[in-house]
Amino acid sequence: MGITTMKINNLGYLLVEGIKGIFLRGFMSFAAVCVTVACLLIVGSFSSLVYNVNIMVEELNKTNEIMVYVDSELSEAEARSVGTELNRIDNVLQATFVSRDVALAEFIADHADEAEAFSGVEPETLRHRFVVVLEDNSKMEQTDELIKQIPGVAKTSAAYELAEGFTTLQRVLHIASIAVIAVLLLVSLLIISNTVKLAMYDRRDEIAIMKMVGATNGFIRLPFVVEGFFLGMIGAAVAFGLEWLMYDALVEQLESVDSLNLLNFVPFSELLVPMVATFVAAGAFVGIVGSWTSIRKFMDV
Amino acid sequence: MIAFTDVEKSYTVGTKALRGISLQIEDGEFAFLVGPSGSGKSTIIKLITGELKPTAGSVHVNGYSLERIRKREIPYLRRTLGVVFQDFRLIDTKTVYDNVAFAMRVIGAREREIKERVPYVLDLVGLESKARRHPGELSGGEQQRLAIARALVNNPSTIIADEPTGNLDPARSYEIMLLLQEINNLGNTMLVVTHEHDLVEQFSKRVIAINEGLVISDGMDGYYDYENQ
Repeated sequence: MGITTMKINNLGYLLVEGIKGIFLRGFMSFAAVCVTVACLLIVGSFSSLVYNVNIMVEELNKTNEIMVYVDSELSEAEARSVGTELNRIDNVLQATFVSRDVALAEFIADHADEAEAFSGVEPETLRHRFVVVLEDNSKMEQTDELIKQIPGVAKTSAAYELAEGFTTLQRVLHIASIAVIAVLLLVSLLIISNTVKLAMYDRRDEIAIMKMVGATNGFIRLPFVVEGFFLGMIGAAVAFGLEWLMYDALVEQLESVDSLNLLNFVPFSELLVPMVATFVAAGAFVGIVGSWTSIRKFMDV
Repeated sequence: MIAFTDVEKSYTVGTKALRGISLQIEDGEFAFLVGPSGSGKSTIIKLITGELKPTAGSVHVNGYSLERIRKREIPYLRRTLGVVFQDFRLIDTKTVYDNVAFAMRVIGAREREIKERVPYVLDLVGLESKARRHPGELSGGEQQRLAIARALVNNPSTIIADEPTGNLDPARSYEIMLLLQEINNLGNTMLVVTHEHDLVEQFSKRVIAINEGLVISDGMDGYYDYENQ
């Protein structure tokens, strides 16, 4: 009988057998759930860390700007028109004009304790300028080259190294997170697969009888796949609950010691949907794939 | 119907288990298959149930050509066969009823059909009153009757009994043979593999004797004394 034509009562039987299996092999099921929980917790924690660091890096990155100085011979109106050209460049997110008067005022404000030393400085000693924020800081050098070609631009000041540092940090975090997630999923997969293998070894005589009376491979497999699926889902549910508690507790602790407000964590509610989706998908994946792959060798009876 | 035509079977280690066997068992027939250990009896059973494929020749069982059967067809071939083993192969954790019902459930039978059919076959083998017991609470003869009930429950056309009395005393063995004969009288084809000379002598049935992978006698003349050949 093909799975597609399987009757409702058969599905009920397969579900009951699958769930029964979890309790029949209680200790192994417990071990499989614990390993899944541990792996998903590490995956979840690492992903949350990466997500938060990513957001913090993005925020920091936004403060990394290109300072564009306009030719000193241009009037303020002419200098402002350079902004139109700047905004035409694809990678420019925002170009804010700062007149020489404002620039001087800011300079003096930044050096308030030496204000007297700058009291005689005329605004004309400074240039009109633009503060340019980029969409993608990894292309800072290329964008800087384009800006330099705009008529009226005298010179620019850009910290490529800093931008590259941020970009590298993000890339490292992405690669590390993918590697960690892949390894932990593999570990969960192997443990679940091993649990189901033991379950099948335990029931090899029963499977031989099923084969001998004409049960199809699909019918024999399904209770074990159901068992693996439920083990994965239980692991996912427990891991999700623990992740939530741990995240909230950790953020509270870190924020209490962050008196300078340097760290800015996203609330767990922002992570809720992707976290649930990831845990459910990972739990189902390790459960189903882990059991399916371990069944094969017991089928040749 | 079971038909072997010039069947050869070699194993990868080089052993030639069957060397060109031809035999035919008609629908509704009762036949004993006898022979010493290593003669090829088990290979014949495995060829009939689709566990093995012949190296040469053709095997036809209940409408299936086993030399070219597809893997996914094997479960359906097996539903036409009921197999009884020497060691009973019962599930100790299930009751007598559930051992039999299990065979129906795993091929997708409806619960209503199971409730009708299981008591009928348990009655047929004389175990209806012990439906709630577990196999461990039954005698050897009763366990084998339970195995026969399980083999019968899906209404197969053919019963293959592989040394069904090997673990039983002579009295119980005779009872089991009578039961198999009774089932044969209901129309099932019956192939009984056995070592037991005396038992075969007590039933006037066809005896196929094999030795070293060849059929050495086939007829209604009783037991063939292969040990003195």
